[in-house]
Amino acid sequence: MDHMSPLERILRAIALALVVLFFMFPIFWIVLMSLQTNETILRSPPSMAFVPTFKNYAAIIAGRLDSNVASMSIHFMGNLMNSVILSVGSVALALVLGVPAAYAFARHKFKGSEDIAFTLLSFRFAPPLLVLLPLTLYFQSLGLANTYVGLIWVYQLICLPLILWIVRGYFEDISPDIEHAYRIAGHGWFATFRKIALPLAGPGIAAAGLLAFIFAWNNFVFALVLASADKQPVTVGALAFVTASGIQYGQIAAAIVMSIAPTLLLALWAQKYLVEGLSLGAVKG
Amino acid sequence: MSDGLLTLQGINKIYNETSRHPVQAVSDLNLNVAAGEIVALLGSSGCGKTSTLRMIAGFEAVTSGEVLIKGRPVHGLHPAKRNVAMAFEGYSLYPPLSVAENIAFALKSERLDKTEIKAKVAEIAHLLEISDILERSPGSISGGQQQRVSLARALIRKADLHLLDEPMGQLEPQLRALLRGRIKHFIKQRGLTAILVTHDQTEANALADRIAVMEGGFLQQYDTPEHLKDRPANLFTGTFIGEPPMNVFPAQAEVADDLVKLHLEEGVSLSFPAGAFSPPLKDRLLLEKQFMMGVRPHAVKISETGQPAEVFANQWLGDQTHIAARFAGKTIVSVRHDRAHHAPGENIGIELDASDLHLFHSDTGAAFSHGGGVE
Repeated sequence: MDHMSPLERILRAIALALVVLFFMFPIFWIVLMSLQTNETILRSPPSMAFVPTFKNYAAIIAGRLDSNVASMSIHFMGNLMNSVILSVGSVALALVLGVPAAYAFARHKFKGSEDIAFTLLSFRFAPPLLVLLPLTLYFQSLGLANTYVGLIWVYQLICLPLILWIVRGYFEDISPDIEHAYRIAGHGWFATFRKIALPLAGPGIAAAGLLAFIFAWNNFVFALVLASADKQPVTVGALAFVTASGIQYGQIAAAIVMSIAPTLLLALWAQKYLVEGLSLGAVKG
Repeated sequence: MSDGLLTLQGINKIYNETSRHPVQAVSDLNLNVAAGEIVALLGSSGCGKTSTLRMIAGFEAVTSGEVLIKGRPVHGLHPAKRNVAMAFEGYSLYPPLSVAENIAFALKSERLDKTEIKAKVAEIAHLLEISDILERSPGSISGGQQQRVSLARALIRKADLHLLDEPMGQLEPQLRALLRGRIKHFIKQRGLTAILVTHDQTEANALADRIAVMEGGFLQQYDTPEHLKDRPANLFTGTFIGEPPMNVFPAQAEVADDLVKLHLEEGVSLSFPAGAFSPPLKDRLLLEKQFMMGVRPHAVKISETGQPAEVFANQWLGDQTHIAARFAGKTIVSVRHDRAHHAPGENIGIELDASDLHLFHSDTGAAFSHGGGVE
């Protein structure tokens, strides 16, 4: 980077700006929309000049959706809470189950280990709807339909394979001899797993957890089928804005801003771990 | 033979035993290491030496056989319970810790106080010339330094057995020569027992009391460095040990009352006075129709009266000359400690002493005579 001419520097800045604009524009536009009323949003031609209003946010937080024809109650804040519970719960469970499993698959070649690992991955092959319809029947008779436990269980189909396969790769990248050196100094396998393997794979586990969180947060179809109103996450809850009297663009935009905020903040916070993960190469050799 | 510190009894190691392509890495290995002894496992890559070391450490399970340390069977125990220390070929330093911490964490289980640990780390660091990098992180030091840290981590421990896997492979030659002496002194002074795996004969000769030569998973010979050189048990050890390798020729013997003649190929025959061979050897030579005759390059003398050979290469290595010549249908190499000027194409005479000959059975490769006696 130090050897660039001023021209190269300028071209590079322009290119970067274009890329950022391309990716950030939808988010930027939605933020703008969330600060307008439906009338100003639907103006033709669209204009950037408007008086910002926080009415959309206020409506969502208050739980009342006022359109020009009717007023109805929505519980978007409840949806947001559900999203948090479901995503955090399923990622936590997937980490507890998946990280030790990934370690076992990486370190111990036992009979059928590849088959089991592949079966877990194959959960991702089937179209979710194919699985969901029979699952709904089972869940209803088991009493798991419309419960957090049941949903978190189904969310393992998303989170567990992801965490298992990503973290397994990180464990495989750590030289087994680093663990051997610790074990031969008189430590058991569990201490070795906790003190050596886990910290070394830490950035990889953080990356896999973050990815699983985003997938869980954005899931739509599982919750649509298996959850009723009081357990629905934001992805399903957003449907409430499509009302008989029209689509409430302003409120949708505000709801989107509020629902992407947690993942965005999480990603920004986890960024340093992701970068650390890339420099883990020093372990090898 | 179970009174030694380490005893390996009938060890077999088969990888992928249940698969269609099982690989036998170690075959029926018996080895006994006495307390305070330094033993080298010497062989080329894939000879089973590292597998053997890892079975002693407990990172590989034995397929069959027994590993006894101080008479205690350990082959069923976890590495942590075997009381052995090991330096790994790949260094295996723990990246988040500094060099000093990496060395000290091997001492954790010994429950020493901080000043004791510090003193021990400083001592071993001084020995291995790594005092100046103790506060650095493993990622920021060179391969040779990492290797020495790994070695320090193994040697600092008080263990029944110290296993060193290629402990000096990454070091520069000068440093290697210096550290060989220091490490040997350190091990001997503390009465430690060590097994090192190496493919470097010089290292094995310099460090070890006894050397186990391995090839193809089999132990070829387990003996002192002197015996390996003077009394190789078979053709493999004979040609493997020694640099440049032993010259080997197929030969037939003709025993007369006053003379023993060895007929090589292309009509070359060597005559020796009958007194140079012991009577039992002469009896044996009458039985052996065809055998292999080996002679070390250092024992090949060049004289005008010797058997004719034609020089095709002459290499001056700075302190010795290697002269390669065509002799009895094969290549013979002679080592001279002066700068010999025999140009390619020149005809020379080759002279061999009966006391320098090693005779091997042509089918089994087993040695039956060294220097005129019978094994």
